[in-house]
Amino acid sequence: MTFLTARNILISKNNNNIINNISLKIRPGELVGLIGPNGAGKTTLLKSLLGIVKPIEGGVYLNNLGINTLSRNYVSKHLSYLAQGAPCYWPVTVKQIVELGCLPHTYDTKKREGSISNIVAESMASTGISDLQFRKVTSLSGGERTLTMLARCLAGQAPLILADEPVTGLDPSHQIKIMQLLKNQVSSKTGVVAVLHDLNLAAKYCSRLVLMSEGKIYADGVPETVLSTQNISNVYGIKAKMQYLDGQPIILSGSI
Amino acid sequence: MEYNNKHLVPYLSYAGLLFLLAALVTVLFLMSVLWGTAEIPIITFLDVLLGNESPTGIILLELRLPRAILALAVGASLGISGAALQGLLRNPLAEPGLIGVSGCAALGSVIVFYTGLSVTYSFALPLGGMIGACLSVGLLYCLAGRDPSILTIILAGVAINTVAGALTILALNLAPNPFAAFEVFFWLLGSLTDRSMNHLFVALPFIVIGTCFLLSTRRGLDALTLGEDVAFSLGINIKSLQTRIVLGIALAVGASVSVAGVIGFVGLIVPHLLRPFVGYSPGYLLIPCALGGAALTLAADIVVRFATQGPELQLGVLTSLIGAPFFLVLVIKMRREGQ
Repeated sequence: MTFLTARNILISKNNNNIINNISLKIRPGELVGLIGPNGAGKTTLLKSLLGIVKPIEGGVYLNNLGINTLSRNYVSKHLSYLAQGAPCYWPVTVKQIVELGCLPHTYDTKKREGSISNIVAESMASTGISDLQFRKVTSLSGGERTLTMLARCLAGQAPLILADEPVTGLDPSHQIKIMQLLKNQVSSKTGVVAVLHDLNLAAKYCSRLVLMSEGKIYADGVPETVLSTQNISNVYGIKAKMQYLDGQPIILSGSI
Repeated sequence: MEYNNKHLVPYLSYAGLLFLLAALVTVLFLMSVLWGTAEIPIITFLDVLLGNESPTGIILLELRLPRAILALAVGASLGISGAALQGLLRNPLAEPGLIGVSGCAALGSVIVFYTGLSVTYSFALPLGGMIGACLSVGLLYCLAGRDPSILTIILAGVAINTVAGALTILALNLAPNPFAAFEVFFWLLGSLTDRSMNHLFVALPFIVIGTCFLLSTRRGLDALTLGEDVAFSLGINIKSLQTRIVLGIALAVGASVSVAGVIGFVGLIVPHLLRPFVGYSPGYLLIPCALGGAALTLAADIVVRFATQGPELQLGVLTSLIGAPFFLVLVIKMRREGQ
């Protein structure tokens, strides 16, 4: 079991508190949607959970051990990161990228060549990009590029995946495909945290939503309670018309 | 990261590429040792290697061999440093001089020239260069502050380079006699003429250590393809990677400039040329670039010996002359591909 906990973390830049005293626990078995307006601190919170951004107060703990006291290799085997915009700086092939996902395991003598190429092939098959494996990542569409990066995350076989805006800017079919893949990834031992902007998509796929506002957690719970007209109005400043379909909230329209 | 370049360069695997480059380096090395104003048959070379003394043996051991080994070592450090820095910055336009090491090494040597120490002690010159290179790294980290980002390091490097360049010109300007200025100026253009085993012994250990630092960065450079944050999440210690690359370049390039002067463009062209052959993987690029840099420098050094009558063409001038048109071709190619 892998638990990721943030305890009273405070992060500030230029005397602005970006994250203001947040405590959060991520457990396996959940698909957590991290939602909130632009500038609410979602990306910073995600990066601090990964140990990329160090909080000036409080701490992030992986299985109750301080994340910055653990070896990078240990952390990389437990947390996998899907970055915003799927960055790739050289025109390498899809397969090369997915293989990079296995990097945390290449130090182990147990997992060598054979099993690694199996993992790579499986990850590409499960995300449906096997046909693209010799294509240059730089020549792919946004959706295919995100799928490549997701395959890279899966190849790492980490129990927790932290994804920053995995579906932003993608067409509906790719959005659904990626959300479904993330949901499939959740089991009794694994979990996913995803920063999302599409509230309907968040309500449909996430088992838990964390609504952030101005560096704080405004609401945390199941989609039905978090996505209330009142909360949306307070945090986003929009008047939303809501409907419930099989208990799942759907935002029909909103006005400012 | 494995790579598959089936679609880029047919029939050439990584091992094949390494073998071809190594063969090229070997051939050029032999040519460099055997060709010159006095032609030496290969039998004599083998004879000398076996320990038999002869007049041609002295030419070989005192002149040709150090020159060829230096060309090999200097070229290899420039090539691998260029590849590592381009990988770290994820920018194909980076070249090893960018972090200020070459400028400071050159300044160190110029100061030694200026004080006349180089006349008294033959290895005062490379030593001055090494001290300059070491000081530049110290200065770099002082300027960039604790916990520097890659961008701050580059900015600090560019600043140091500018200052070192200015001071070098100042030294030239204030040279006591035009002859001294001329000598310094020529030295700065880069050359391997008349280098002895002493130069080799001063520079080689630093070049070897620096190259080892750079060779240790393969995984990290590959992971950096995905950006710093993702590389970090894959278990790469970015700060350590950065330090190993900066120190590696400082040692290898600093030592190279100390003995050979500034040899431009090798660190820029070689990674560019070889990148498609390794499927653009920045980590796999390192060893081919060391070999490619060695081959290019050996070849240029051979051409320099025969190119002109009278004053010898300086090595750095030749590499720059090759480098400039190379970039024009690159621009035209990129324009055609519409990238």
